[in-house]
Amino acid sequence: MTTAPEHIIEVKEMVKKFGSFVANDRLTFHVERGEIFGFLGANGAGKTTAIRILCGLSYPTSGEIMVAGHNVYNEREKIKRKIGYMSQKFSLYEDLTLSENIRLYAGIYRLGRREISSREQQLLKRLDLSHIRNKLIRDIPLGWKQKLAFSVAIFHKPAIVFLDEPTGGVDPITRRQFWEMIHDATLEGITAFVTTHYMDEAEYCDRVSIMVDGRIEALDTPASLKQQYESKNMKEVFLKLARS
Amino acid sequence: MSLILDHIDKSFETVQALRQVNLEVQEGELFGLIGPDGAGKSTLFRIMASLLIPDSGRCTMLGHDVVKEYREVRQIIGYMPGRFSLYMDLSVEENLAFYARVFGTTVKENYDLIRDVYDQIAPFRKRLAGKLSGGMKQKLALSCALIHRPRVLILDEPTTGVDAVSRREFWDMLKKIQGEGITIVVSTPYMDEAEMCDRVGLIQKGNLMAISDPASLADGSDARLFSLRSNKGVYAYLDQLRKMEGCRHVWLFGDELHVTLRSAADVNQVQSAIREWADDSLEWKSIVPTIEDRFMELLKEEEI
Repeated sequence: MTTAPEHIIEVKEMVKKFGSFVANDRLTFHVERGEIFGFLGANGAGKTTAIRILCGLSYPTSGEIMVAGHNVYNEREKIKRKIGYMSQKFSLYEDLTLSENIRLYAGIYRLGRREISSREQQLLKRLDLSHIRNKLIRDIPLGWKQKLAFSVAIFHKPAIVFLDEPTGGVDPITRRQFWEMIHDATLEGITAFVTTHYMDEAEYCDRVSIMVDGRIEALDTPASLKQQYESKNMKEVFLKLARS
Repeated sequence: MSLILDHIDKSFETVQALRQVNLEVQEGELFGLIGPDGAGKSTLFRIMASLLIPDSGRCTMLGHDVVKEYREVRQIIGYMPGRFSLYMDLSVEENLAFYARVFGTTVKENYDLIRDVYDQIAPFRKRLAGKLSGGMKQKLALSCALIHRPRVLILDEPTTGVDAVSRREFWDMLKKIQGEGITIVVSTPYMDEAEMCDRVGLIQKGNLMAISDPASLADGSDARLFSLRSNKGVYAYLDQLRKMEGCRHVWLFGDELHVTLRSAADVNQVQSAIREWADDSLEWKSIVPTIEDRFMELLKEEEI
């Protein structure tokens, strides 16, 4: 399959079935390099299934899918090295310190020892967390954990970072600071693929897709979607689409 | 009064989870407690539900002290904890029958109260609770919390992690339950749900910071708040505004930026700077703060 170089993810006719249940029904879309792509849908619409395939964690039933230049059937290990992943539920090891978490992930992505050291210091300094580097993750506030988890997910400079409901439960200021971090990462060329239930966050995306019952019902910029569905904000767009 | 919290303090080892919390909730009221994870919402709810004893202060539920008269309290409340209270290895109908029996009633006796909620999951009544989707678990847990017709319903983050459509449906159900004369105290991290409540309280780091009805919560603010919108997107202007002397806070807000000025006198300075950007699509206007604006302002005050 030919892929435009600016398409970091290219999905054509992706189908995933569990027995007779069709979780992903012929999904066709692409994600552009360096954009923030919002992947929205109701619970059970098929988002997690699709993300698992794109991350190389599960095989599709059929379809042509390229992620960061590799196909999801026989180049899954190559894909895994080029992506980062973060979710609210699984990110950092609670019983390791901040510093240990950073070094663990950096090691998994095979960064050199010297590089790890210097970049660990840079990272902690930038996040203003140097003074608590030896604290256990379980002892620091959720907002700090999430910022660190995101930084760790992009520590190896992946082509794409998958963020699965990254901002659940944090205060409104921390949520916004988190989105500024996502935006800064895309300025460095990282593509962000994000799911969220906060509809104001859909507005921060360059483009947004909305899944309903295993299909992509809409995909466009937030501004075009609002115009198309005659809605004043993305929450209204979402309610119109997902309810009908 | 349905519920009275009088100077409640609670600490866990080194963490002070609640600081001098005072609150009164009236009978039949729908009260929302809004705040992020770790703010103290669950601790407060567990004290109301007689499952935790406060270090000091007093909590009464319809006149019953939650510590001394916990047996009475447990008869009159329905409590849905954040992590679902269901037995995953029992079926839907077994869970419901179990809760009814614990409270000495039957499913039949109070079925009319849960009909709207339970009808949606009734087709799966033989399914194990562990095999239900998140939205269905939530509906079953609500049915179980209601089956003994409590006078006060305590719901700890029932909509966290739930999509916008299901959240809307859930709040529609709560409104109906309130219509049956049941007092509801509910917590949520979603600010937009605050609008559905009669009154809301904002909580952060164990402090209940402001209590009001949603419409007038913003009145307590003297913020000089403006919004900025542009067809080119607003990210580009975020840093520029933050560098300006007169701008106190600048935050992303949906497709806008919300800008709090230091003083009213800064308006002209900021406006003329904005004109120099020569972006014809820019819209700059004075706005009334939303609950989320107000909460962010309170969070910032807390830092200082």
